[in-house]
This record gives sequence, structure tokens and C-alpha cells, in this order.
Amino acid sequence: MSKEFSIRRLRALCKKEMFQIVRDPSSIMIAFILPVILLFMMGYAINLDTSVIRVGILVQDNGSSAQNFVRTLQASPTIDLHPILAQEDLLAEMSNKKLRGAIVIQNDFSTKLLQGNGEGAVQVITDGAEPNTANFVTAYINGIWQSWRMAEKMEKGVVQTTPIDVRIRSWYNPSTISRNFLIPGTIAIVLTVIGAMLTSMVVAREWERGTMEALLATPITKLELLLSKTIPYYILSLVAMFLCLIVAVTIMDVPFRGSLMVLWATSTLFLGCALGLGLFLSTATRSQFNAASITLIAGFLPSMIMGGIVFEIQSMSGALKLITLIIPARYYANSLQTIFQTGSVPSILWTNAMALTLLMVFWLALTAKKTKRTLE
Amino acid sequence: MSVAIEAQNLTKQFQGQTGQSTIALNGISVVVQHGSITGLVGPDGAGKTTLLRLMAGLLQPTIGNIRVLGMEPFKDGDQLRIDIGYMPQKFGLYEDLSVIENLNLYADLRNVLGTERERLFAQLLAFTDLARFTKRYAGKLSGGMKQKLGLACTLLGTPKILLLDEPGVGVDPISRRELWRMVRELAGGGMTVLWSTSYLDEAELCDSVCLMSQGQIVANDTPSAIKSIMQGRCLHITNIGGNRRNVLMRALQAPEVIDGVIQGANVRLVTSIAGQHPNLASLNAGHASKLVETEPRLEDTFISLLGGAQYAESALAATIPDVVLPSSVDPNSVIEARQLTKKFGDFTATDCVSFSVKKGEIFGLLGPNGAGKSTTFKMKCGLLKPTSGQALVMGIDLKKSPSEARQRLGYMAQKFSLYGQLSVKNNLIFFSGIYGLTGDRQKNKIQQMIDVFALGPFLDMYSGQLPLGIKQRLALACAMMHNPELLFLDEPTSGVDPIARREFWSHINGLANKGVTIMVTTHFMDEAEYCDRIALVYRGRLIALGTPDDLKKSVISNDNPNPTMEDAFIKLVKGADDE
Repeated sequence: MSKEFSIRRLRALCKKEMFQIVRDPSSIMIAFILPVILLFMMGYAINLDTSVIRVGILVQDNGSSAQNFVRTLQASPTIDLHPILAQEDLLAEMSNKKLRGAIVIQNDFSTKLLQGNGEGAVQVITDGAEPNTANFVTAYINGIWQSWRMAEKMEKGVVQTTPIDVRIRSWYNPSTISRNFLIPGTIAIVLTVIGAMLTSMVVAREWERGTMEALLATPITKLELLLSKTIPYYILSLVAMFLCLIVAVTIMDVPFRGSLMVLWATSTLFLGCALGLGLFLSTATRSQFNAASITLIAGFLPSMIMGGIVFEIQSMSGALKLITLIIPARYYANSLQTIFQTGSVPSILWTNAMALTLLMVFWLALTAKKTKRTLE
Repeated sequence: MSVAIEAQNLTKQFQGQTGQSTIALNGISVVVQHGSITGLVGPDGAGKTTLLRLMAGLLQPTIGNIRVLGMEPFKDGDQLRIDIGYMPQKFGLYEDLSVIENLNLYADLRNVLGTERERLFAQLLAFTDLARFTKRYAGKLSGGMKQKLGLACTLLGTPKILLLDEPGVGVDPISRRELWRMVRELAGGGMTVLWSTSYLDEAELCDSVCLMSQGQIVANDTPSAIKSIMQGRCLHITNIGGNRRNVLMRALQAPEVIDGVIQGANVRLVTSIAGQHPNLASLNAGHASKLVETEPRLEDTFISLLGGAQYAESALAATIPDVVLPSSVDPNSVIEARQLTKKFGDFTATDCVSFSVKKGEIFGLLGPNGAGKSTTFKMKCGLLKPTSGQALVMGIDLKKSPSEARQRLGYMAQKFSLYGQLSVKNNLIFFSGIYGLTGDRQKNKIQQMIDVFALGPFLDMYSGQLPLGIKQRLALACAMMHNPELLFLDEPTSGVDPIARREFWSHINGLANKGVTIMVTTHFMDEAEYCDRIALVYRGRLIALGTPDDLKKSVISNDNPNPTMEDAFIKLVKGADDE
């Protein structure tokens, strides 16, 4: 008689789980506080945008061309120019990291400019310890140099025709604010944390506290047990996701162009994967500590690094690219970015949904297989 | 009466992670009658929990079969679970749920609904006296109340068979007695009860008893029948003149004596053959001493069946010199508590406790759970700082120079705080190292401990995988590395089998004779009898202080002319409640 599924028992178990969530400060922390902290971290602290960079300038040539070039540099919105008087000061400031780079206009600047093409007239020093910034500095200054040279030549009557007139327009994220791209990805991280990490501990907790043994001795069925561990955390994750959405749209001004229904459907598929992974680890390890550590290493970190959230998958190496194929966050983050920034691109969303469904079935089936009705 | 549970040639083998397998149950056969209380008695690792889990259908037998109410528990689990109430260790309660929420959950799971539920709740809450606490979280209940709630949850659905796994563990004698009354009432109503325990005195109250050791049943009968084989083999030496510990040591060297313990001022002996008494004169127990026959106990049979416990001289005590105290230390107060008080917020855990312990004395700290004995104990060995008052050891204030004091004391914690992931040898090296032993001194001391405790065969095993008795030896070895003048023991023998406990106490007795001062907490009343004096702590206060016999005498009444230590404990605590 107890082989049959009972809604009443499932409801009782879910209610119990809800009580435990509400009363455990750590689950509230993970579900509501941590997501907001993560959002702000990813939205404001991590910034992939080009911003104003402090660069020193040492002028050893007093000619008018040199001064003219310095004025052009000063006019640039991306460079914060700091005059340096002596070579030693330059070295000191660079090693103190007060400057991200330096421009040296040598005393033969005017000569070189007059003699040839101005080759070797300007020396750019960058801090190779931070390659990204170093590249920015080089590129900026190079750009300014080129346009200054062109203006200079035009002033002198040398007409130069530019073969192509480049006008850049970024689609989908016109102002290329990296936050708009990072925040949807962060929601994938948040759901990984709640879905996998929180759930990874709940079954283990029952084992550790000896309550699992008492539960197994009651007439509950395996399906009831599994659903009672899934439904409450699914709801909790969805609440956390909508909290993130509200914070992102209202406080952080991230545009949301897609439909809530599509968001919900995609999130459900992804949560199937995350909950499945969490429950599987929890059931397999029976220890909260082990389950949480493994979820961190096998769930959270790969999502963060290889999910295409911070680092673009296209720029990864071949083998790494293959590994990303089994990371659910990759598909989910991609769908989220699409839903937020573009609205709806059915071909992308459907492909991702298919992949997520496959992964979800895999993890849930594994959990169902691993879950036993006895202690054997 | 008809048969409720029947096991035949039941064997359960577990596959370890590293490939080796352990046999938890080895071909046991047992029959349990309807409406009886059966005690599964034995030390940790005897196979009690495995047997209960097999009955509950949570495990599958490796060989043999078991039938519960005519069904196979593992196969017919779905059918049988309605009829079985199983309470695992730690009671299976949700600590972050209130009493009533726990009851509601288990009622839903066990299909107890509607008016039937209301009726049962009212009955169980009255039965367990928990009606006042329905809104309290289970985690905030005392050990005794948790145990009663666990029982109430198990009883929902009115099972025909009740399986209780060590319901008395870590619970004080008062709560245990109350639980026993409840279970007795249930069995009277026709319920079949299986009760596992490592306390042999608890088992004496059962209708029938299975004595278990290392996966086998060594005896299975009514308690009186099991005890009867020991008739005429149990003796008291009374009116002892001189040191009773020396008398015990000499008695255990006599060939006819198989077991002996200190019981207050007396020594209690068990002989191998009825009527055969050791020669009193050779025991040098004083001319007034007498040999008196006494009633056998379940433990006597158990020890006799396991081959006796003749631990006369302690090899450990032989390795240490007589304790010589510095002249500045008063031998009458090697350990002293002066108005010791500890407050946690507005809760006073220890309230103005004062006592002093003599050199070479075994001093016991007893009390119900949560009475403040652990807090007092921890202040005495410098693990907690008193809110007011002083804790002194060897005249040193623990508040002022804790590390100086700690160098003089050895500490053996509850559950033996060893490093489970280190081998036995590495534990010895580590503990000798932290006590400052180096070079040859360290090497020699470790070798000495290996010899004394026969740890040779276990040196390369992880200490976490050792049998409990060996763990206990190792823990004592680690605590004694630096020849401390004081030894603090916090429930040193929980769950350990009686033979290992005898061995342990032979060391403690030997150390006391060498002048080592010993302070011990315990839940075992028979262990309290080893103490020279006992401090009974209740609600943070010292409610009684005296020799075991003093305490027993203080509760003599017409109803109970010959009270046991447990009677004394219960009466003194209840008396303090009435004040």
C-alpha cells in the first residue's frame, strides 16, 4: 500500500524542508545575500571596459611639435597625463605602480620628425607585469600618435586619403558596457551556487544528523524523497533569480529585452542540471563538507571560468573548448545573455535548451540511480 | 506467546573502501517473542545496530535469513514499515523543527490522520510529558526530552514492533529510568520492543537479553537465568583495613578470581567456580575483613563468558616513579576549586562550586546532562576561564599561568581526541612532542608506551580505524606521555566493552597508588564506585560531596534499606529539585 506515491507525504516533506531553509541563516545567506554581493562584484568591481589610465610623460624636447603632441595627448579622454621631470622619477613611479605606463619624448624628437617618418621619436614604456593594461596603453598611444601625425601632415598641406572610413557601431550592447554582458552570466553563477551548493548539503546533512535513517524507516517512497529535496530548492532558486533580475534592471540599469516566460523556462532546465549535480554529490558523499567542496570545484569554478561568463569561449584553446560542452552554465549563460541583450533568438535559445535538457536528464538519472531506499 | 522476530544463521558482511571486509554479524540465530522487551547488550562494535537495521529492512543479510512478523524485512519493506517503529541513534529528530512540527511530519509520513492523529498526539504528549514544550525547537530540548520526543515520533502509527537503538546513550540515570517506565508500559500493551544498550545494568530490566560480542550472541535468555550460572561465585570483601586498591590487586592475582572491582569501601570479586573462595589472609585486607557472598549481576556473566578480566597490576603504573610533590604544594589540596563560577550570558552553568582533592585520590564528578559537570571539569583543566572564583592545580592558578599548570596534567577527552588520520605511531610521536619530549627520551617513552599497552601490532594502522578498546589504550598512553602528576578523564570509557574497562581501571588504580591525582566524569554508576570521593553537581551547584558509601547511606530509607549508587544519584537530584 505504501508503494504508491502520496501527495500528502510529499507536501509534509517539502514543508519540513521549507522550515529548515527559513530557519537556517546560512541558507538565507546563500540564497539572498550572496547573489546580491556577487551581482555587485561582477557589475562594478570586475570591469573589462577601457577606462582612464594614468600615464607619465617625460618631455626632453622643447620644440613646438613636441609641445603640440603633448597637448594632443592631454586632450585624450582615455589618458590621464602626468608630467615627469627626470628619468629617475619615472622609474620610481613606475615601480610604485603609480603609473601604468610612460611616454618619453626624446631630445631628438623634432629632428627625427623632420628627417624621416618620425620613426623612433617617441618611446612608450609599459608595465609588462600587467599585460592587459600594457596592451591598452600601447594601443591608445599608438592611436593618438597616428592621428596626430595625420593631422600634422594635413596642416602642412600633405593630403592623405584614408582608404577606409571606419565607424564602429556595437550591436546589442551599443555602449559596450561590459556589465550588461557580465550580469546575465552572474545569474548563472548564482543559480549554480544555490542549486548545486545548497542542495549538495541537504541530503548529506540528513545522513550526518541521523535523520535519514529515521526517514528511511517510514513508509516514504524514493520519488517522494527526491522530489522533496528538489521542489523547495527549485522555488528558492527561482526567487533568488528574480531578485537578481530586479536588482540588475532597476539598480544596475542592465537592459532586459527578452520575455519572462522564456527566462523561466530556460532557468528551469538549468536548475534541473544544478539540482541534479548537487543532489548526486550529496547522496554519493553523505558528508556536507565533502559535498560542498566538490560542488565548489566541480560546479562553481568550471561555470565561472569555462562557462563563457567572464572569459569568452571562442578565445579558449581546442581541448578546453571541448570541455565547456558539458558545462551547463555555458548554455545557460549564453541564453541569458541573449535574453537580456537581444530579446529572442530562437535558434540560439533552442540549441541551448536542447543541450541543457540532455545534461539535466543525465544528472537527474544518475541521482535517481544512486538514491537507495535502504542503507545498502 | 508467539514469535515476532526470528533470525537464522544471520550474517552481515560489509565491504570496506580499501577492499577489506568486516563481519558485523557472524551467523547469529535468535527468536523474539511477541509483547516482550528484549535487550541487545554489548559494547560498541558488537553488532547491535546492524542487527536492528536488518530487522528494520534497512540492510540486506549477506547469508541466512530473518523474518519479522512473518515477512522478510528487506524484500517486504514497503509492507513492513507500517508495523515497525525504528528509532536510530541520535533519535532521528529535526533539531530546527519544533516538537509539534516533528510530530506532524512523522504523523504525515506514517499516515496518521484526522481524529486519530489528534487522539494519538494528546496521548503521546501526556505520556512523554512534552505538552508544555510543543513550540520549542527539538535542538533546544535536554537529552532526556529529545529521547522522549524521538520515542513519541517512532510510536506514531502505533507500530507492532519497536526497535530502539541505544536510547539510553549519553542520557543520565533519571531520564533513563523514566524512558524505561514508558517502554515497559508499551510492552504491557502488547508491543514487542527491542532495546540496544551498552549498559549492562540497564539490560537487567528486560524480559530477555541477548548478550552480544564481536558479531555473535554469547548468551540469550532471561536476565535471571543468565545471572544464575554465576550464583555463589560473587563475593564482597567488607571491612577492609588499609588500601582497598591494593587488596583488589592482590585478589586478582589469586588463580580462582576471574574478575574484581572496587565497590565503594568494599572490593567485589567473581570466582571461576562456585564456593571456591580466595584465601582472605593472603589478601592482607586487615583482620576485621570478611568475605560475604553477594547477588550476581549480568556483567559478571558477560565477563565470565568472555574469559574473565584478571588485570591485577598496571604495567603503566610500574613505568612511572612515585609522585613527589614540591614542598610548596599542600598534599591535601592538589586540585582545588574556590567558589568556582561560570556564566554563559545570563545562564549560570557552574555556581559557586568549592572542593579540594588530595594527592593520590580518585575524585569523581557526577551529574545529569546539562548539570554543569562538564563546565566545572573544563575549568579545572584550564580549557575554560571561570567568570569568578579560582581553579587551582598544584597551587597554580589556571587563570594566571595556564601553560605551567597544563604541563603538570594529563587530559583524556570524551571520545578520545586522537588524530584519526594519523597512524598509532604518529599519534604517539605527536603527543610526546607537544609535551616537550625529544631525542632518546622521546624514543624510550614511546617504546615504553608501546610495550605497556601492547600497541605493537597496531602501530601502522590509522587511529580512526582502531577498535574502541585499543583507541582507549592509545588515548591513555598519549595523556600519560609526560608523567603528569594529575590526570583528568572525561567519560573515559563510554561505549567500551567491560573487559577493556577493567583493564583501564586497573591502570587508573595503579596510578592512584603511585600518588597520581585523578579527576573523572562518568555516566556509569559502577564506575563511580571506584572513586574515593564523589561530587554530585546539579543545576550548576554542588549538591553532595562524599565517599560513594556516604552518598548511598544518605538516602537509606525504610523502603530502600540497601540503596545502589543509582538510587543515591536519583534521590539526591530529586531532593535538590524539591528544595
